[in-house]
Amino acid sequence: MTPRITVATAVRVFWQLRRDPRTIALLLVVPPVLMTLLRYILNGQSETFNRIAAPMLGMFPFIIMFLVTSITMLRERTSGTLERLMTTPLGKLDLLLGYGIAFGVMGVLQSTVAALVAFGLLDVHTQASAGLVILLAAGNAVLGMALGLFVSAFARSEFQAVQFMPAMVFPQMLLSGLFVPRDDMARALQWLADVLPLTYAYDALARVEASGSFDSRVARDLAVTIGVTLLALALGALTLRRRTA
Amino acid sequence: MPAASDSAIQVRRLSVDRGGTRVLHALDLDVPAGSVTGLLGPSGCGKTTLMRAVVGVQIVRSGEVTVLGRPAGAPELRDRVGYVTQAPAVYGDLTVKENLLYFARVLGAPAGRIPQAIATVGLGGFEGRIVHRLSGGQLARVSLATALLNEPPVLVLDEPTVGLDPVLREELWQTFDGLAGQGVTLLVSSHVMDEAARCHQLLLMRDGRILASETPEALLERTGTTDLSQAFLAVIHAQEEERVR
Repeated sequence: MTPRITVATAVRVFWQLRRDPRTIALLLVVPPVLMTLLRYILNGQSETFNRIAAPMLGMFPFIIMFLVTSITMLRERTSGTLERLMTTPLGKLDLLLGYGIAFGVMGVLQSTVAALVAFGLLDVHTQASAGLVILLAAGNAVLGMALGLFVSAFARSEFQAVQFMPAMVFPQMLLSGLFVPRDDMARALQWLADVLPLTYAYDALARVEASGSFDSRVARDLAVTIGVTLLALALGALTLRRRTA
Repeated sequence: MPAASDSAIQVRRLSVDRGGTRVLHALDLDVPAGSVTGLLGPSGCGKTTLMRAVVGVQIVRSGEVTVLGRPAGAPELRDRVGYVTQAPAVYGDLTVKENLLYFARVLGAPAGRIPQAIATVGLGGFEGRIVHRLSGGQLARVSLATALLNEPPVLVLDEPTVGLDPVLREELWQTFDGLAGQGVTLLVSSHVMDEAARCHQLLLMRDGRILASETPEALLERTGTTDLSQAFLAVIHAQEEERVR
């Protein structure tokens, strides 16, 4: 790994994003619009909306970053640029961390915009500070990004990459406890939820929303989220092969 | 065949299987240092597979490939062997200049080399153009320019002149000649026989085998022909007769 190449790769991904203002607009505008939609769907149930608002602020960047990174990485694999880069001094981690930095920054921006709208315009109030919620939501974005990078190795086409979203993300969302408390689910599903990374990302946000403090359980949730992110990046590095058949 | 110490690339008993079929059959060849060696043969004969083995991105079944005294693909070769793939491996959503800046940083080449690389491939005035708006030939030249940035001692170029204007093609062959004069070793593939005359050394390839490895003059003399297409045909006929016997 070479810091010069990692930074160059992150800058290159930013250059590419800059050429695509529509994607940037969608990244930043869609989450607050969906939050607003949710607010008025739950029109008479402001308590319910308030309870799920903070976790939702993490869900949107998780989903979107998963999708955007898996497709971007797939393009790198199918366009021949990956093979070319594999003949250069670029290390696998340079590529993954380069993407990680660029999309991580986008994830933080996205979470910040959505949180500002939620707290400023939609009257969401949590026990926790807005800063802590944004930080945890950005953590969700980075987790989604790392998982997206990893699964891109298993997609042969962009169609397949898009299908990984419902296949990998929806079950995690359904089981996280966002829709139904996990205690009310069948026992086998609770076990399953316990091994899915989004469960911990959800818990961290739900806990700070309710208690307002960064306690040891939140710290544990955050540690699991960061651990899985690093694991996914490491597994992603394993799927990048210098030699192919 | 030149002595081993004079050759920049040595291939010994190289066999490669792809999809359960043998595509390279125990190849032996030497590419002399400081020369333009043309790898000629019909589409599908294994030229690209051989080149991929030389740059170290091909999984090989058996045999040895040595480049500058090191096993092909060794980390210390990654900034000493430039590889230009047949399909241009550049970022379509970046400008010509941005593509070159990124590859310069990856290869550790000073940005000051960029104008020279652009001039060499005849893309002066196109620096600010978005790459996917360029023609196929221009795209190929951007890809070639990225490999020239760090002035590597070995260049592996897969059909670099396909679809180019005849004047530009002539200029590129002169560039290759000039680079060889400075001691650079070039392995250039082509399926156009009239380009064979521009090479110092020829490798004629068919069905995953090397049929001839000699200078264009020696090939003409040995086959008693006056042009290289005829010579290639003569070599194929001779080989088939031998097989029948």
